[in-house]
Amino acid sequence: MSKGLKGNENRGIRELGAEEMVGWDEVTQGVVLNSFVGESENAAFLKPEERVYNDFNSYTATVASWRIIKPVYNRDVCIDCQNCWVWCPDTSIVSRDKQMLGIDYDHCKGCGVCVEVCPTNPKSLLMFGETEDNDAALAAWPEKKKKEK
Amino acid sequence: MAKEFELNEVEVWDGNYAASQALRQAQIDVVAAYPITPSTPIVEGYGAYVANGYVDGEFVMVESEHGAMSGCVGAAAAGGRVATATSSQGFALMVEVLYQASGMRLPIVLTVANRALAAPLNVRGDHSDMYLGRDSGWIQLDAFNAQEAYDMTLCAFRVGEHLDVRLPVMVHQDGFTTSHKAQNVYPIQDGTAYKFIGKYVPVDDMLDFSRPVTHGAQTEEDWHYEHKAKQHKALMDSRTVIDDVFAEFKELTGREYKRVESFMMEDAEVALVLLGSSVETAVLAAKQLREEEGIKVGIVAPRCFRPFPYDLVRDALDMPSLKSVCCMDKSAPGGAMGALFNEVSAAAYSTNARPMMTNYVYGLGGRDFSVDEAKRIMKEQKAHADAGHITTDIQQFSGLRGPKLGFFQTRRG
Repeated sequence: MSKGLKGNENRGIRELGAEEMVGWDEVTQGVVLNSFVGESENAAFLKPEERVYNDFNSYTATVASWRIIKPVYNRDVCIDCQNCWVWCPDTSIVSRDKQMLGIDYDHCKGCGVCVEVCPTNPKSLLMFGETEDNDAALAAWPEKKKKEK
Repeated sequence: MAKEFELNEVEVWDGNYAASQALRQAQIDVVAAYPITPSTPIVEGYGAYVANGYVDGEFVMVESEHGAMSGCVGAAAAGGRVATATSSQGFALMVEVLYQASGMRLPIVLTVANRALAAPLNVRGDHSDMYLGRDSGWIQLDAFNAQEAYDMTLCAFRVGEHLDVRLPVMVHQDGFTTSHKAQNVYPIQDGTAYKFIGKYVPVDDMLDFSRPVTHGAQTEEDWHYEHKAKQHKALMDSRTVIDDVFAEFKELTGREYKRVESFMMEDAEVALVLLGSSVETAVLAAKQLREEEGIKVGIVAPRCFRPFPYDLVRDALDMPSLKSVCCMDKSAPGGAMGALFNEVSAAAYSTNARPMMTNYVYGLGGRDFSVDEAKRIMKEQKAHADAGHITTDIQQFSGLRGPKLGFFQTRRG
């Protein structure tokens, strides 16, 4: 698994909820959470791997353990249409310059929407059991389906 | 730049107009409002100031009071000075968002013209809506007349926006009795008022793009408790800030306010504890009764309903001469003793004086509370004091037609 795919070193470093449990006197006022460390005027123009995410940003937490099935990505079939990138509810499709790179397995919850919206034949994304090996999954990729008459 | 409003040294204003003038002087960035009797003239007046160039801010018309308070929460989180007004059913519809505002530590000012809650539908003043807000985490200041509606609204911005507080503040006045009764009001000039309130200082504002921030995050059992404890501490600690703001206001205007106002308590044998416009009625009755019958009556009036001034109520009631105290609740208690009775009794329990405590429900739906009725209740307290025990039911109803209604008897004496 390409866990570090376009991720900075803080991505998914701990389970969600495993942050340090500070006391009432140390929590933020009004449950306010800052997304980034320090000033980050241009955050919108930076790629995620260039941003300095705060410990309380969900970027630094992993929810991989929530998943029981996972999408596997097949580069050989993909046409870089970006449908999966658009539809993914957890921004877990990693794409750069409109080229699909793969899946952020720290934040993907295995919902399968990317597979559903993939237009290729065969699909470039398919769901497999969480414990299945990605290379084995790719080796057993289905053939192109013939049109039904 | 907003135009200056020409003000006389003394104006004839009702409570609503006084509150809307105070809002104007605060130069609020956003007022999101939905009108409801009897508070309508507050935002109606404010809307006119905006339209006529006396305010630089935005007036947002919304579809409901839930929308009004939601708009206020959004604008406050964005980093603006924000206020609105409401009453009764509108207040009830706001309740969900009131808790959001205080939990998110947004110093919104809400001016409330107190009114009964339906059913039966009723536009007159009682304290049902004020009581409905008492667990919402807001600071609640109570004005007893139009002058105080003006003064408390000015003070509300200072208290809520203080960097050690950052909590929303309600300013209550009695619907119609205060909101629609024109009285002499001594305003302060625009420049002086704005200087007193000060420029708004944003905290964690969403419009600060250099520090992107999440407001209204979800927490479960892992974090919720700590945040509520921190919020409670800020509310409890706001007591000293309120005292400081009142002291500064006195220096500016000569008008002195305290979190608990007390009248003639130094030698009082019996006392009434009550809120709102009834305080003035009770003070008048107490003075007359002292002259007419020599009964030593005192009055205690929490000006700050939240944070509940346990400290100062206790100070006011810890008089060796004090024998019997009647707490008067202008809100249907819904199957309990009145809230004021419960809270004042708890404070009185830790005094040395430990007076006898009784409860009257009164004035529901705007039922008149007269000087004569106040005197009758005071004389009843004197009878308890003379007998050494409570001679009536502990909870009674004042000004109610039909057979006498009361609950619970004392086991003391």
